[in-house]
Amino acid sequence: MQTLNQPLKTAETEPDLPHSYSEERETATMSSLDIDKIRRDFPILRREIDGKRLVYLDNAATSQKPLSMINCLNEYYQRYNANVHRGIHTLSEEATALYEGTRETVRRFIDARESCEIIFTRGTTEAINLVAYSWGRQNVLPGDEIVLSPMEHHSNLVPWQVLAQEREAKLVFLDLTEDGEINMETAAKLIGPRTKLLTITQMSNVLGTITPVQELARLAHKQGAVVLVDGAQGVPHLETSVQSMEVDFLAFSMHKMLGPTGVGVLWGKKEILNAMPPFMYGGDMISSVARERSRYNELPWKFEAGTPNIADVIASGKAIDYLTTLGMETVREHEMEITRYALSRLKELKGITIYGPKDATKRGGVVSFNMPDIHPHDLGQILSDAGIAIRAGHHCCQPLMKDLKVMGTARASFYIYNTFEEVDMLMAALREADKVMGNVACR
Amino acid sequence: MSLVDDLYRETILDHYHNPRNHGCIENATTSVEGVNPLCGDELTLYLKVNEAGLIEDIKMNAHGCSINTASGSMMSEAILGQTVERAKEIIESFKNMMLTKGEELPLDEEMEDLEALRGVKKYPVRIKCALLPWNTLLEGLETAEAKPGLSSTLSDSK
Repeated sequence: MQTLNQPLKTAETEPDLPHSYSEERETATMSSLDIDKIRRDFPILRREIDGKRLVYLDNAATSQKPLSMINCLNEYYQRYNANVHRGIHTLSEEATALYEGTRETVRRFIDARESCEIIFTRGTTEAINLVAYSWGRQNVLPGDEIVLSPMEHHSNLVPWQVLAQEREAKLVFLDLTEDGEINMETAAKLIGPRTKLLTITQMSNVLGTITPVQELARLAHKQGAVVLVDGAQGVPHLETSVQSMEVDFLAFSMHKMLGPTGVGVLWGKKEILNAMPPFMYGGDMISSVARERSRYNELPWKFEAGTPNIADVIASGKAIDYLTTLGMETVREHEMEITRYALSRLKELKGITIYGPKDATKRGGVVSFNMPDIHPHDLGQILSDAGIAIRAGHHCCQPLMKDLKVMGTARASFYIYNTFEEVDMLMAALREADKVMGNVACR
Repeated sequence: MSLVDDLYRETILDHYHNPRNHGCIENATTSVEGVNPLCGDELTLYLKVNEAGLIEDIKMNAHGCSINTASGSMMSEAILGQTVERAKEIIESFKNMMLTKGEELPLDEEMEDLEALRGVKKYPVRIKCALLPWNTLLEGLETAEAKPGLSSTLSDSK
């Protein structure tokens, strides 16, 4: 009988692994990450869904959070909470130092030259909108072309559609190969003298494709265009250097990389940011205000109007620290191994369609697929009952769905805490789903 | 019985694999499109309503999940041959079943099959899937009523 003296499940007690777990499998996870230790750092992974262990495979939507980040949020509100940049008191000075310190952490993480090039936003979407409204409306003229890939997330498509309509500019889409990679031959022609902006994902949230950003950026720069990279999927999983990518803007979100929701980053080259008008107006973004006119603050505060998301920005620093301690190369290695394993296991299912590059070195840990005659929503539901969280639907990429001639796909996406064993559990649940729906994939 | 078993009952899977009244009507009096913005599922619904306000034919072209497809298929069976007025009552009674919390309202006899969809209520996200054909039909009937030739006969059905 359970008594009060029995300890509650703590970070040190992992749930029992099911019988299917084999030692062979354990040695098959070769990357140098200590997954057991990592899993203990993520309290949510001990959660059970209807008595079943949670298998979280929806990391491309948002990642789970380590205790160090969660504790940091707590600590901020309990010890340092104050508004930044203004107060002449201890708390405000401490909060400001931590907030600005995180800017430096981010700078180091993406290898930017100066921390004033790091602008905190609400997320990738706001970061891209900032560029579209500020840089876009200042620079894009009738007849100009905005080049993008057909696998952009709606957040890196809709802002440019609106700008193009407003400015009578044209959207030009790059071609994809059958495997979902950028067709570089036609890219060299599609990026031309009218190209004003190339805006492209670093890694597709549907196909997993890692794009050749540097190569594309060189083509665009040769035409005098500016290059923006949507790093929402790339930055959390790939070692990223804005200098070696040779781009002008990078946008990404902290919540997909162990951080809290509500924090994004826009990095931009200093000379470009300096020439851009502010995006939002109000407090903090000014240096002096008179009745009729104001002088704007310098970078980066020129683009951070109002009280920023102080607590979440500071906690984002802890998320980056966590990834840095593991090492992004090791993170990538682990995800590549698990993706390679998932691709090989999924192929066992008869009639399954797997989208994107077949070579795990050319893709991130995002695997989209469709089972024969099972709608992804039905699949997601049946998997959820087995404790497995995947994503089902159009993944905010409706034009790509149209290209693939599907209404949606099922998508499993991996991160540092996922194991080979969880891929096995996904496989077992997929076979079960096939049985429930009376289909043929497993016959 | 697990939750999933409850959701994917035989009746639902039968209608999913063999949807009734699937296709389009060439000389439809009304056609209307429905979209589930959540998942992008789409359906086109065709109606043939005669001068007397009787639904002579209904067909659907749908690309949806099992719940959406089965719900539409059962709906088409329930309202084929009914008056617009009666169809509206059936819609209301089905929507009540799906949206009312607490008290379980029994369905009319002619809607027996639709009982199978009651299990969807345990999955709030999926209620939208089940309702898409019904909301599309409602829109279709309202469009049909607004048409000049039919307005005189259909106006009483409000």
